[in-house]
Amino acid sequence: MTDLSHIRNFSIVAHIDHGKSTLADRLIQLTGGLTNREMKDQVLDNMELERERGITIKAQSVRLSYTAKDGDSYILNLIDTPGHVDFAYEVSRSLSAVEGSLLVVDASQGVEAQTLANVYQAIDANHEIVPVLNKIDLPAADIERVQQQIEDVIGLDASDAVMISAKTGHGIDEVLEAIVTRLPAPEGDRNAPLKALLVDSWYDAYLGVVVMVRVVDGVLKKGMKVRMMAAGATYLVDQVGAFDPKRINLPELGPGEIGFFTGQIKQVADTKVGDTITDEKNICKEALPGFKPSQPVVFCGLFPVDSAQFEDLREAIGRLRLNDASFEFEMETSAALGFGFRCGFLGLLHLEIIRERLEREFNIDLITTAPSVIYNIYLTDGEMIELHNPADMPDPVKIDRIEEPWIKATVMVPDDYLGAVLKLCEDRRGVQLDLTYAGSRAMVVYELPLNEVVFDFYDKLKSITKGYASFDYHLIGYRQENLVKMQILVNDEPVDALSIIVHRARAEMRGRAMCEKLKDLIPRHQFKIPIQAAIGGRVIARETISALRKDVTAKCYGGDATRKRKLLDKQKAGKKKMRQFGRVEIPQEAFIKALKMEDK
Amino acid sequence: MTGNPLGLYIHWPYCTRLCPYCDFNIYRQRGKDEALFQALLEDINWWANEIVPRPLTSLSFGGGTPSLLSPEQVAQIITLCRKKFGFIDSAEIGMEANPTDAEAGKLQAFADAGINRLSLGIQSFDNDVLKFLGRNHNAREARRAIEKAQNIFDNTSFDLIYATPDQTPKHWRRELETALSFNTPHISLYQLTVEPGTAFEKAVKRGTWSPLPDEKEATLYAMAQDICAKAGLSGYEISNLAKPGYESQHNKLYWLSHDFIGIGPGAHSRVTLQAQRMAAETILHPRDYAQELPPQRFFMEALTREDQITEFLLMGLRLKQGLDLARYKNLAGKDLPAKPRDQLIKDGLARIDNHHFALTAKGRLLLNTIVLELMD
Repeated sequence: MTDLSHIRNFSIVAHIDHGKSTLADRLIQLTGGLTNREMKDQVLDNMELERERGITIKAQSVRLSYTAKDGDSYILNLIDTPGHVDFAYEVSRSLSAVEGSLLVVDASQGVEAQTLANVYQAIDANHEIVPVLNKIDLPAADIERVQQQIEDVIGLDASDAVMISAKTGHGIDEVLEAIVTRLPAPEGDRNAPLKALLVDSWYDAYLGVVVMVRVVDGVLKKGMKVRMMAAGATYLVDQVGAFDPKRINLPELGPGEIGFFTGQIKQVADTKVGDTITDEKNICKEALPGFKPSQPVVFCGLFPVDSAQFEDLREAIGRLRLNDASFEFEMETSAALGFGFRCGFLGLLHLEIIRERLEREFNIDLITTAPSVIYNIYLTDGEMIELHNPADMPDPVKIDRIEEPWIKATVMVPDDYLGAVLKLCEDRRGVQLDLTYAGSRAMVVYELPLNEVVFDFYDKLKSITKGYASFDYHLIGYRQENLVKMQILVNDEPVDALSIIVHRARAEMRGRAMCEKLKDLIPRHQFKIPIQAAIGGRVIARETISALRKDVTAKCYGGDATRKRKLLDKQKAGKKKMRQFGRVEIPQEAFIKALKMEDK
Repeated sequence: MTGNPLGLYIHWPYCTRLCPYCDFNIYRQRGKDEALFQALLEDINWWANEIVPRPLTSLSFGGGTPSLLSPEQVAQIITLCRKKFGFIDSAEIGMEANPTDAEAGKLQAFADAGINRLSLGIQSFDNDVLKFLGRNHNAREARRAIEKAQNIFDNTSFDLIYATPDQTPKHWRRELETALSFNTPHISLYQLTVEPGTAFEKAVKRGTWSPLPDEKEATLYAMAQDICAKAGLSGYEISNLAKPGYESQHNKLYWLSHDFIGIGPGAHSRVTLQAQRMAAETILHPRDYAQELPPQRFFMEALTREDQITEFLLMGLRLKQGLDLARYKNLAGKDLPAKPRDQLIKDGLARIDNHHFALTAKGRLLLNTIVLELMD
């Protein structure tokens, strides 16, 4: 075990592309965790998807050994945190596991919205923060301006920021030195009962569930029987260790240390992020604060494009669930789409990540239906049902009232974009609670119906503010609203997967928008196709896809046959990705794209 | 399978000017390419050994601009083909030519060399349209070339391009009336298509102009079919119209999935070798082509049954006569899929006539989507 005074735990806060992963790689390289040959770019972002999107989905940790200029050897634990509002809770847990953060800002770009959202979380977690200006070698770097901005916008003194170029390696040793000299050592009592924070967990094919922990008090050792205080389960610890970034086994983890343990845990669902781990024989007095079980808030249907792949999908979802306990699923049948699953997610990014992983890692083409929230439907007989799927809406005559979830949303935005943000919130039935300024940034607080936010609110917000807005929300409860189920009929046949629940006052606008969208999304056929939006039997919007009149190659001779044949083969394969409704083929992406709202 | 038709296509890839709409394998002419000409002669010898030679039903010089070959070179090729393969009595020996005065001056010499069908790339009788299409001839030259060709050849044809941006039905009617005034026995009417990799594609992407919407194209198409039918020209294929007896024998080989050998850079072949239908493609660049020996010039590949069915459908349905259902069954081992077949007939897009499955006028315009439906 390492003496507390020689441990430093930290995370890195940065906007996408400001160099977080490159810096992490440099730190690993310089402290000798990996040889050059072993260095794969951006070691910490494990999943293909994370690399591609440049985001971190699961928290990861790495233990670095560093001999400082004072001649002493230190253990530096870096936790890489997810940076998206969907995973706000996971981020808050990761941040509470460390004492300090490096705030990395691109010296050519300056502070951006995501930096701001994350740095406030770090401040909330009482972190000591060391500003680091990256990319100072770029011609566009403007160090003074960015320093000033950090002081103005975040309120941090940036005069002693560390100047680096993670790309060239310049200044990395100073970063290491700053971690040792400027971040506080952790505190803890080795002799107290074990108290450790469950930071993250994942499934490993060889080890079973691997649990990442931060020990606060006491010692975690092999052979101990530990208790998860919220989950109530106990496990025998069979391995304790850390990642450097390769897995290394350690005899124990003492106070202030970050590492992992394994213990014959079958599924990730048994390990809840934020839970407190203690010694079954010597239970600590109170659990760490802040635990809350994750609750899916967004639901959608996932259907295999090829109905023969249903069993594959079942298996794939089961396997993903092993590693991500935060999503739920149950079987669903749709008249239009056949067998599939209704799944619940933490948010939209989470939904998209799961969907992409299913498609990529398991090779299943999916149709995703419109995301929905949970509606509370009160029936006239007094019963209340939770509606996860608009298709299951009971007969309106049996409904007494419908309640929908509302959120309190906080948006921070430079005042140039304030007007657009206010308009967006108002368009989505928002109720303004607060509007304040901090420098040239405004903070707006709105109450919004979650169903107006789940779909494309965040995308929209990003695009109207050029990425300069940060957004956070939490659920505040259910409210009764005038909600109706809107159906879409394609060629006079209702397509259940396109049904949505919508506020009566917004129904006509949404219906019109969906019909217009579908008109562009459904390819023209040899016949006219009416597209209608209807509430009950009443049509509220209508568009028509005109018949295709000409689709023939003008010249087709000996040299064209091969190319034309290959093109047809490709189109044929594309057709397999369409769903047949009566005589109309609807491309799979239409089910989700039809719902995206354009601002007029 | 002797007795089956066999055609030979010769691709001469050079042009004096590259047209902005053309996506063929073409290169600007920089002097005579004797090496490529010699390569073509080698190819004829090589193919005569590769397959059991049988008399050619047709020989076609295309390009590029094959009329850039000298009449002597053309004569040499024809002579070699006659020696190695022979010709059936009624063999069609066709050539494409541009209507510039320079090329028109060589027409008699080509006829003397053995060419018996001439096809002129007229494209339009309107100087503005010709300019837009990047052609290096004018309307006067176009008219003179047609008259000259018709004085020399009995079997002539020319191409027109329609559906240029902003073309009105009135304008197209005028073009057609001019075209029909020559009483030519065969014409090809090509809808302007923006092909990938062409200058036109770039122009459209830049927003310089936009193609006509398909409704307008369909109207222009129907109009042309109608006007030409009244003049005795029947649309025997999507873009080709002829008086009885003047259909292009060589092109029908393609649409009927018969055997043809294609030589020259980028040319394609379909030949039956030991009961297996083979496809061959060739090296694209003329310089690389000439440097290799014939076995390296041709990439041979066996076509799967599915490939053959797709080609049989996509080529065969272009013909007004439709596709021979017995041949389909022989190839596919089963009948045309009943469900799409019957639906197409019900929708008035196809009909069965004389053991042939043929698309109606309306159906032929939707050929691509129809082939997709018929592909099993």
